Amino acid sequence: MKKQLFYLLCIGFLILSSCSPVSPIVVTQPARTLLPITQTTATQPVTVQKENVKVETLTILTHDSFSVSEEVIAAFEKQNNAKISFIKGGDAGAALNRAILSKKSPLADVMYGVDNTFLSRAESNDVFETYASTKLADISDGFKLSKDNLLSPVDYGDVCINYDKAYFTEKKLVVPQSLEALSKPEYKGLLIVENPATSSPGLAFMLATIKDFGIENYLDYWKSLRMNDVLVVNDWETAYYTHFSGSSGKGPRPMVVSYGTSPAAEVIFADPKPEEAPTASLVGSNMCFRQVEFAGILKGTTKRALAEKFIDFLLDTKFQNDIPMQMFVYPVNKNAVVPAEFKAFAQVPETPAQLDPLDIAANRETWINAWEEAVIR
Amino acid sequence: MRISPTPLHKVGEQSLRSQKKWDVGITLLLWLAPAAFFGLFYFYPLGAIFLESWKAIGETTFNWSRVLQPLGFTIWQAVLSTVLTLLVGLPAAYLFTHFQFPLKSILRGLTSLPFILPTVVAAAAINSLYGPRGWFNLGWMTITGTNVPPIIIVNTLGAILLAHVFYNTAVVIRVTGSAWEKLDSRLPEAARMLGASSWQSFKEVTFPLLLPSILASTLLVFLFDFTSFGVILLLGGPGFSTLETEVYYQALQRLNLPMASMISLLQLISTIIIGFGYTRLNKNIQIPLMPRIRAANNNRPSSLRQKAGIALLVLGLVILFVLPISALAARSITRLEADRGQRTAVTSGLTIEYYRELFVNRRQSIFYVPPFKAGLNSIIYAAETVVISGILGMLASLALQHKNRVSRTMDALLMLPLGTSAVTLGLGYILVFNRPPLDVRSFPLFIPIAHSLVALPFVIRTIAPALASIPPLLREAAATLGASPARVWREIDWPIIGRSALVAAVFSFTISLGEFGATTFLSRPEMPTLPIAIFRFLSQPGAMNYGQAMSMATLLMLVCLAGILFMERLQIFSFDSASQDRR
Repeated sequence: MKKQLFYLLCIGFLILSSCSPVSPIVVTQPARTLLPITQTTATQPVTVQKENVKVETLTILTHDSFSVSEEVIAAFEKQNNAKISFIKGGDAGAALNRAILSKKSPLADVMYGVDNTFLSRAESNDVFETYASTKLADISDGFKLSKDNLLSPVDYGDVCINYDKAYFTEKKLVVPQSLEALSKPEYKGLLIVENPATSSPGLAFMLATIKDFGIENYLDYWKSLRMNDVLVVNDWETAYYTHFSGSSGKGPRPMVVSYGTSPAAEVIFADPKPEEAPTASLVGSNMCFRQVEFAGILKGTTKRALAEKFIDFLLDTKFQNDIPMQMFVYPVNKNAVVPAEFKAFAQVPETPAQLDPLDIAANRETWINAWEEAVIR
Repeated sequence: MRISPTPLHKVGEQSLRSQKKWDVGITLLLWLAPAAFFGLFYFYPLGAIFLESWKAIGETTFNWSRVLQPLGFTIWQAVLSTVLTLLVGLPAAYLFTHFQFPLKSILRGLTSLPFILPTVVAAAAINSLYGPRGWFNLGWMTITGTNVPPIIIVNTLGAILLAHVFYNTAVVIRVTGSAWEKLDSRLPEAARMLGASSWQSFKEVTFPLLLPSILASTLLVFLFDFTSFGVILLLGGPGFSTLETEVYYQALQRLNLPMASMISLLQLISTIIIGFGYTRLNKNIQIPLMPRIRAANNNRPSSLRQKAGIALLVLGLVILFVLPISALAARSITRLEADRGQRTAVTSGLTIEYYRELFVNRRQSIFYVPPFKAGLNSIIYAAETVVISGILGMLASLALQHKNRVSRTMDALLMLPLGTSAVTLGLGYILVFNRPPLDVRSFPLFIPIAHSLVALPFVIRTIAPALASIPPLLREAAATLGASPARVWREIDWPIIGRSALVAAVFSFTISLGEFGATTFLSRPEMPTLPIAIFRFLSQPGAMNYGQAMSMATLLMLVCLAGILFMERLQIFSFDSASQDRR
């Protein structure tokens, strides 16, 4: 009998605890004294007394790689009498997941950072509101992939193979000019790629091979890469810093799947700055895959007007000019200025591989599964 | 044997029945706070995410080969890793508890450091030693003149096992060590005098007495290996997948929540089975014994053979733990850049540039955080974790001394967070905690709360065995002499479990400092922790970023080492101060 009583108590307790998430638990109280002083009002709306106008807080959900200059955000805040608060939701997949999970009571008003591989996934989950910004006029049509303007393109970048220039000069090796060439014996054991199942550049590179060889032949190509001793790792960090000889990690292999702008980053983040980048990108036809990043207004926002202004702001030149140095991708706005280092050290492919987002969404799992069967197992 | 603070004189008056009822009542009361904490911050979000998945289950196809194969490998690698960790950890625990040697507390502190390193950094450290261009391979190739590296660890099971030993040996050293330290060395000595060989005395006396703590550390290490994530992903490479990596993949890459929940559930069931198995085993092996406060046998090595043995062990620990860590620290002050105009020649030199650069917001980023601030955030979260998990863990450990069904059930349930995917729990938090005051966007205690969930099993596994080892005789004697329950606690229990409480605090502290998975879900961009700051640097190319990540990692290790040494010197954990107070 006591047994039953206990179980009853337990169940009752669990129900109670789950029904009242608002009541703070007593045991956490002693820790309160240790609270950092700065954080209590960080995300709360602030009332500015002298103007007697309530400052509206706009919350932006984004991924971990997002960055922006302080003064750019400050300009928007001042102009619109607003406060911008950011939530970083992990990598791009995790951030989108947060938006989908919190659909019923949205975590944020705007989301930044849905890329073209996740685009139709985001659209079909019904988390965004249509908004056609007037600033879209300054953006070339090639980027406007979202139907009904649920999402607006903000930046783009290319996933390309980087190579260690010193290695190729020293060994008097010709740089491969096509994806096909990578399966030649002279490049045996030289390439590192990321797993498309776990890494965004890895997925992008696999999509480039699908574009180049077609769905019928891409697996054969990957088998030939496997015969040529390609190294597959799960994440960009390990690929670039542990195994790539052109990075500060000084690994053993001279070619890695990274970004077209990585060579510029190697110059910008060096001290003293070298006159030439230690690495360069392979930008032959279909050798790179173009990633486009989008932003959109989250469904259910109560600050639609301010959210619209923020989307306009993201597409306008002040923010667009800030993009390259902060996130190492390119602005989509035609009038934006790209820094000199990018022009000097980063190559932009003339014919990057691109696939229809609808195709990607429909076949993503099948393609990855088949790839895993062919390359890993 | 029944252990309870019920005064002796009452025992006779009560019937066995009402006494049992009383016991269950006290147990329930003690469990109240820990259970409330668990209900709200663990079962509620987890239940919500399972419910959400259940709704979408109709439109999902399950691929069972993606579950069964990882399950097999998860168990296999966890068993192997645990055995290896014990093989390294037990001799190390013996070394640290039985001998005095120079720099002992520093070395012991250093063996705890891997625990806090983000996997990306640990992988870099391991690769800098054993990797294709690591010191060992380069050294060997230079000596022998070949160009084939002898050690191949990239994407191998070996790399996973090595990393697990690197990470978890500290658990064995601390958990088993704290019991070994209190073990009355006169018992094995008596056995020796009665003619037993040293092996016999270990097998028949020492080992049975140590068994509960060995079992506890085995359980903790096993669960850690069982749910290992970063190590499998980064060092094992794409060829290996465990339940945990599969959850991450299904939830965040494929956005297939039902599948992710299903695998999480399988993980939880395994954890419950393991937890109950442990409780059952543990039920019969605890032997209450008069503990010694200071280890009697804390000697300087005497014979040459002993000295050689110790030197060998220390060397092994240095190679396994200190070298990879120092490689990181060394890298944070070394420049390996091509100089201006010289593309090919790599020149190296010492630099403090990376540390200086940490203090400059070069790109005026809104997310820039000074290293001091990130360090402070980490320390604050860690201190909050120590307090929360300390209080709850102590209550739970006291409740566990009442050996009845309630306690056994709770004991197994409390292990669950160790077997829960951070991804699943993190998503659960987002799903349910979205209204003030419990709002992931503003409520500041979610990070220490999540860390406490992970730390609690450690706290309980260290404190409960220590409490159980106290013979009831001591408390009863004190009570008979008129000591109030509070005084019994202060004068008997606390001095005996003080060292274990220290170990528990060190664990909570290090777990919180190093935790990454749940933190990425819960942290706010303006309050990043050190591991998150490290990751921000590592996610971009460039020498400065790499150097700054290494220097940030070095700072993290320094903060952790300082924290551990500080707590080890803290008066409240030391019996000496308690006895001084009384004088």
